[in-house]
Amino acid sequence: MANLAVPGSVPGVRTANGVWRALGAARRYPILPVAILLLVLVLPAIFADWVAPHDPVVGSLSERLAPPFWVEAEGEGIYATPGGSLNHMLGTDKQGRDILSRIIYGARVSLTVAAISIFMAGIIGTSLGLVAGYFGGNIDHLVMRAVDICLSMPAILFALVLAVVLGPSFQTVIIVIVTIFWSRYARLVRGETLSIKSQDFVARARVAGASNLRIIARHVFPNIVNTIIVLATLEVGQVILLESTLSFLGAGLPRPTPAWGLMVADGRELLVTSWWLTVWPGTAILLSVLSMNLLGDWLRDRLDPKLRNV
Amino acid sequence: MQRFILVRLFHSILALVAVSMIVFGLGRLSGDPLDTLLDVDATAEDYARVRAYWGLDKPVHIQYITYVGNFATGRFGESIRFPGQDARELLWQRLPATLELAVLALVVSAVIAVPLGVIVAVKKDTGIDIAGKIVALLGQSLPNFWIALMLMWVLAVQLEWLPTSGRGTWKHLLMPGIALGYFQVAALMRLTRSSMLEVLDTEYVKLARIKGLRETSVIWKHCLRNALIAPITYFGLVLGGLMTGSVVIESIFSWPGVGLLAIDALRAKDFSVVQSVVIFFAAIYIAANLLVDVAYAYLDPRIRFTH
Repeated sequence: MANLAVPGSVPGVRTANGVWRALGAARRYPILPVAILLLVLVLPAIFADWVAPHDPVVGSLSERLAPPFWVEAEGEGIYATPGGSLNHMLGTDKQGRDILSRIIYGARVSLTVAAISIFMAGIIGTSLGLVAGYFGGNIDHLVMRAVDICLSMPAILFALVLAVVLGPSFQTVIIVIVTIFWSRYARLVRGETLSIKSQDFVARARVAGASNLRIIARHVFPNIVNTIIVLATLEVGQVILLESTLSFLGAGLPRPTPAWGLMVADGRELLVTSWWLTVWPGTAILLSVLSMNLLGDWLRDRLDPKLRNV
Repeated sequence: MQRFILVRLFHSILALVAVSMIVFGLGRLSGDPLDTLLDVDATAEDYARVRAYWGLDKPVHIQYITYVGNFATGRFGESIRFPGQDARELLWQRLPATLELAVLALVVSAVIAVPLGVIVAVKKDTGIDIAGKIVALLGQSLPNFWIALMLMWVLAVQLEWLPTSGRGTWKHLLMPGIALGYFQVAALMRLTRSSMLEVLDTEYVKLARIKGLRETSVIWKHCLRNALIAPITYFGLVLGGLMTGSVVIESIFSWPGVGLLAIDALRAKDFSVVQSVVIFFAAIYIAANLLVDVAYAYLDPRIRFTH
């Protein structure tokens, strides 16, 4: 394994100097990612009703397509473009809805989708993985073939087909994401279960008369909890990306939900004149996914370093 | 080894059959294509006649068997949107455009990611390493549809260097190629880095250094050649990512490839085309992974016996 290499053992490589050592200390605790996460994703999602300056769905047409507050009014007559105001800090969209408010409510949408779908995929995948790894045999074969099938489905196309069949809705997005993501838990948990099953303490528990259910619940599961937590954290970012991609393609959440992907899609046709429609929601996606990935990496190094190459 | 290949081959075919059944079933559930096909004033007889023509009056499992039979003889099913044209013809027409894009994306990502991964591994724990990590993390966190639109905004709208969409010159190819390829850069770079770190620590590299070989030769010849195994086996996953990405990227840049074909067909409820594209993509993905598995088992005998 790469991480077993002794740092500095390779000639010609400088060891970390003071500045980088300080940075390393800052990285020991993921202060920045957690701060960004709280600021962009978690706090807005919980307190949207209090924090958002305007309604996310109702706009005023007289204030449509206002730019961010620092942009000044330009031109004259029919060519005039309005200036920005502090009332709508990040500007407004085609229907005069406040972008900042929509982004704040969008955090709630993204986080809810991610939380529900990862929880469901985690439960389904973990239980199937445990059963497959523990009992082996035909059950194992069945589960692993199902995993193969789910992994070989072209994700986006499959999601689009499902969205056409079920119609774009909150439930559809959850179903699509769970269908795709459960298999990763199943595969990982199965592998872990296999290696734990063959260890002495499991054999001893069995000799002591523990039932299969008890062995799984008390001896196997506690040993893979960390792995599951790390995987779940690493997947939050991916789920947010997938959900926004689906919404962007019109197969995710229906309008007028303030979903970030939908906002980017709405801004697309007006990219030439009104960049703020596209730039802000995209930045929100980037920041939340980035900080979630950083947090996931940190958790992985802490709880489960062997997942490094997954 | 033979047994291993046969078992893996059997699993692959099983997965492909299952995918085709699922897609076929979903297609049948996605609403009546006749509603989009016929005029409002069509009579019940018109409906019955057209239904019989498409074989939609038969039970679903019969339809599926007919479909598989046709598939085996090279007929993927007539397109509903383009009457008279088989889905296979449409797929074949669009395939070169998608391949062009995928190859460029692969080259872009390999050319950037592999050297970067090597440099970052050699300069482990320095500023370069951290910068590389930031690049990789950014790559994995940017939504590809958004980066495509941002490229379009800066390079096509603001600077007017490149055309916004369509296919034709190399200039048309550049933006979609980058937008499709950059995501793989991050993953490939991380992989090259960790695999290089492993190789750098081995005895034969130490020996090469003791022998007094030049550092550049040690790193780029001795190490890289061995470190490349991991990124190459990752190829199957890269291919999957490229195909999924092509659906999004092609629809943004109106790139006339298979991805755009699928999206348009989906909006028109053109069953046979949607089915063909999904099964085609799945087949490529499954085949690539099969090849990778076999190559891996060939290189590392332990795998043959543990599976």
